[in-house]
Amino acid sequence: MFDRRDLLKGAGLAALAATLNSTKALALDTVTLPFANGERPLVKYPQKRPMIGLTSRPPQLETPFAVFNDGPITPNNAFFVRYHLSDLPYNLDPDKFTLEVKGKVDKPLKLSLKDIRKMKATEIVAVNQCSGNSRGFFEPRVAGGQLANGAMGCARWRGVPLKAVLEMAGVQAGAKQVTFNGMDGPVNDKTPDFIKALDLDHATDGEVMLAYGMNGEDLPFLNGFPLRLIVPGYYGTYWVKHLNEITVIDNVYDGFWMKSAYRIPDTPNNAIEPGTAPKATIPINRFTIRSFITSVPDGAKLKAGAMTLRGIAFDGGKGIKNVEVSADGGKTWVSAKLGKDLGKYAFREWKLPVKLMTGSHELKVRATGNGGETQPDTPRWNPAGYLRNVVETVRVSVA
Amino acid sequence: MQRTVLPAITLALAAAAGSAFAAPVNYKTPDEVAAFKPGPNLEVVQGNCSACHSSDYVATQPPMKDKKGFWQAEVTKMIKVYGAPIDDADVSKIVDYLAATY
Repeated sequence: MFDRRDLLKGAGLAALAATLNSTKALALDTVTLPFANGERPLVKYPQKRPMIGLTSRPPQLETPFAVFNDGPITPNNAFFVRYHLSDLPYNLDPDKFTLEVKGKVDKPLKLSLKDIRKMKATEIVAVNQCSGNSRGFFEPRVAGGQLANGAMGCARWRGVPLKAVLEMAGVQAGAKQVTFNGMDGPVNDKTPDFIKALDLDHATDGEVMLAYGMNGEDLPFLNGFPLRLIVPGYYGTYWVKHLNEITVIDNVYDGFWMKSAYRIPDTPNNAIEPGTAPKATIPINRFTIRSFITSVPDGAKLKAGAMTLRGIAFDGGKGIKNVEVSADGGKTWVSAKLGKDLGKYAFREWKLPVKLMTGSHELKVRATGNGGETQPDTPRWNPAGYLRNVVETVRVSVA
Repeated sequence: MQRTVLPAITLALAAAAGSAFAAPVNYKTPDEVAAFKPGPNLEVVQGNCSACHSSDYVATQPPMKDKKGFWQAEVTKMIKVYGAPIDDADVSKIVDYLAATY
């Protein structure tokens, strides 16, 4: 089915474009995600293009999947949005914004945005992905935000290393963790405020960053303006938005959002028998490795002949070693050509010229990381609907 | 006439001066259009659930086999975990509404 000698780039593109425009939109303002009860409005927020609306208060917006075929950098106006609590700092004043650094430090700090922007800047291209990305595909279904695959994105973040800020403050001996709190909070004071924690070693690894810039612009408001935490390779739950409070502590933080929420089974694959409860759990941490075909949507009707399949892959920070594609439902696999390496935390583009004969085909894509880990053929399950990374399948009919 | 115009000018200047030193974001989300579906004790649901979140949190949940068990667990979570101040007498009304309507 594959013919690697056939390098006719661009052939079949017209057919592809036609199918990409025929998404499952019932109306201009509605999309249907491919699982039960998947109908969603397309909504337009300030600083955002039309996005898949999951909830409106607090706002949760999913990126339409076709965006991921446009390149390895997700535009700011298409980047997904996820909040937990409804009291957002809609009226925050960047000139009065203060980041407080306190707790077990020699010199507590109060830094303005100007102070932070004066420090030596650093940049990293990194994927942010919601822990619940793809939760809607879990079977049996689980409670929570019912997302398809669009709660992820890759951006070039600009800011200062958290390490540099902690060094300015002087972390005291005996410190164990660092906690992060943003300006968004609950509307009810009995609801636990959204506070996350990282071990001190992780917080001072030089990669964890306080970012004010995203793809050459200020952060969009809904992505954490004016400052957010960047935790490369880790799920978005740690990437605290509107970050204004950093506290160094000498114990393990036991607030709700660390101790009870965002936990995964403490088993070898962090998976358990579907429908059961885990015996022990640990905090969610690094991304599982994933890959997607972006150039052909599921259910596409294609013209027989040569075409180039394209897509993206990423993992929790080892980087992508290989991406393989199957056009026969997983019987045979061919390595794709990897695109430019934007760093081990970034989306890695891939492409592969293929020739598809008339008939129905299951296209599959599977990534392998530099650490040797790869994607499972059958989905792993956990009760919160996290970590999905099964080999994805796109079904096409070719005529 | 001057007496009425002058304060207006002063106010405008104050506003302009204020914005020169401070520019709050003033981010505006679109109007919330999602609404709870009609059903028994709708007003109890609106009064309790809408305090913290929009109704699409409910409407987008997956279709479950044991609707009552699912929604009972969700309402319990809202009370025990998130501190929702729901009267004991309202709990079963809310669960019944959710199981019957979603």
